[in-house]
Amino acid sequence: MLEAYRLECTRGDRTLFRGLSFSVAPTQLLHVAGANGAGKTSLLRILCGLLSPAHGEVRWGGQPIAATREEYAAQLLYIGHSNALKDELTALENLEIGGTLAGRRCTRDAALDALQELGVGRCAQLPVRALSQGQRRRVSLARLALGAGGAGGAGGAPGIGSENAAKLWILDEPFAALDTAAVTHLENLIARHVGAGGMAVLTTHQPLAIATVGMFRIELEYEMDARL
Amino acid sequence: MSPFSCIVRRDLLLAFRRRSDVFNTLVFFIIVVSLFPLGVGPEPNQLRAMAPGVIWVAALLASMLALNRLFAADFADGTLEQMALSPEPLFLLVIAKVAAHWLVAGLPLVLIAPVLGIQFDMPSDAIMVMAASLVLGTPVLSLIGAVGAALTLGVRGGGVLVALLVLPLYVPVLVFGAGAVVASGAGLSAQAHLLLIGASLALSLVLSPWATAMALRISLD
Repeated sequence: MLEAYRLECTRGDRTLFRGLSFSVAPTQLLHVAGANGAGKTSLLRILCGLLSPAHGEVRWGGQPIAATREEYAAQLLYIGHSNALKDELTALENLEIGGTLAGRRCTRDAALDALQELGVGRCAQLPVRALSQGQRRRVSLARLALGAGGAGGAGGAPGIGSENAAKLWILDEPFAALDTAAVTHLENLIARHVGAGGMAVLTTHQPLAIATVGMFRIELEYEMDARL
Repeated sequence: MSPFSCIVRRDLLLAFRRRSDVFNTLVFFIIVVSLFPLGVGPEPNQLRAMAPGVIWVAALLASMLALNRLFAADFADGTLEQMALSPEPLFLLVIAKVAAHWLVAGLPLVLIAPVLGIQFDMPSDAIMVMAASLVLGTPVLSLIGAVGAALTLGVRGGGVLVALLVLPLYVPVLVFGAGAVVASGAGLSAQAHLLLIGASLALSLVLSPWATAMALRISLD
């Protein structure tokens, strides 16, 4: 279970949010909404442990994440604004490296399956430089399919039961640059993950059509500067 | 494959696909060293005397030039965030990155330096000592430089800043490195100098990855 306890975040001399508490339990999906500049990305980075909050703490299984960084990291899959892809490497190489770095066992077949699932199987051997923005996003998101064990994946029990899977997905604008087919597909992927006992936190400006029981929403308000 | 060898392999692969970067460092080193005889004149005794210092200073500048490539690309494309979130300790990944960086930016300098030594008419045993001091010394340069590169990540004009941060810390390596060659040229044993460089290598191997990892977390914050 992921808990945020009285989080406060300041960037520069502006307070983005203060006293923010919530918890995300298995089979729950948290949709963080808010205007541009409201602090959605900062909140997600705080939840990952990349950014330290001005006050408060994030807990995983009751422990502050700063104290159990490595255990927490093994359960976490974060996909940020940037795709974390290398232009010079092929889609397949990028995915294999991304998976290994995240501490997952990653065979070539599993990586190919994941790319196939995101609809970029044909681009596996192309350098990422040659891909379009949407295709790059798909390659980056293929790490989700890899973490989930893959639908048609070769390796054992799919989903959250396997040790190889990340329990918590933190996704920053995962739908950006995707076409409608890919959006639907990603929504299914997230629904399957959450339905199988996973947790997800994501930001998006699109209306979410994920039919999952435990979806709730936090709206961050942009505090207008009085002088503007 | 472990994350450590995965990073080493990835960085070597990237360097192979961006070969021009590797050659830039090497060509810079060769040109700087070759400029001195042109500027100072072709007096063999003079050249022989200044060769150790010139080659060491050029190696220092060349390895500093390569520093901005160490983390900048990973920082820009978000890979560095993924490394910071890896279950593998960040300092281990830092060691992997520095090792790959040395293989690409440091080792070529070590290999070409004896040839440049011949250009300065250095005696063969002095060339051997110089190669040994560079083998021990250039990893220290990469390790210390990594701290500077991590601290200046994302800072505008970071290139100059990294020079100001790192060059003073390079001084001991330069003194002992060039000193070893001078000592062997004077018929003394170079062992003491080489041992001191070895000691600084051991020290920086322990401290620098840890400091670099801290600096990277600060840069990402």
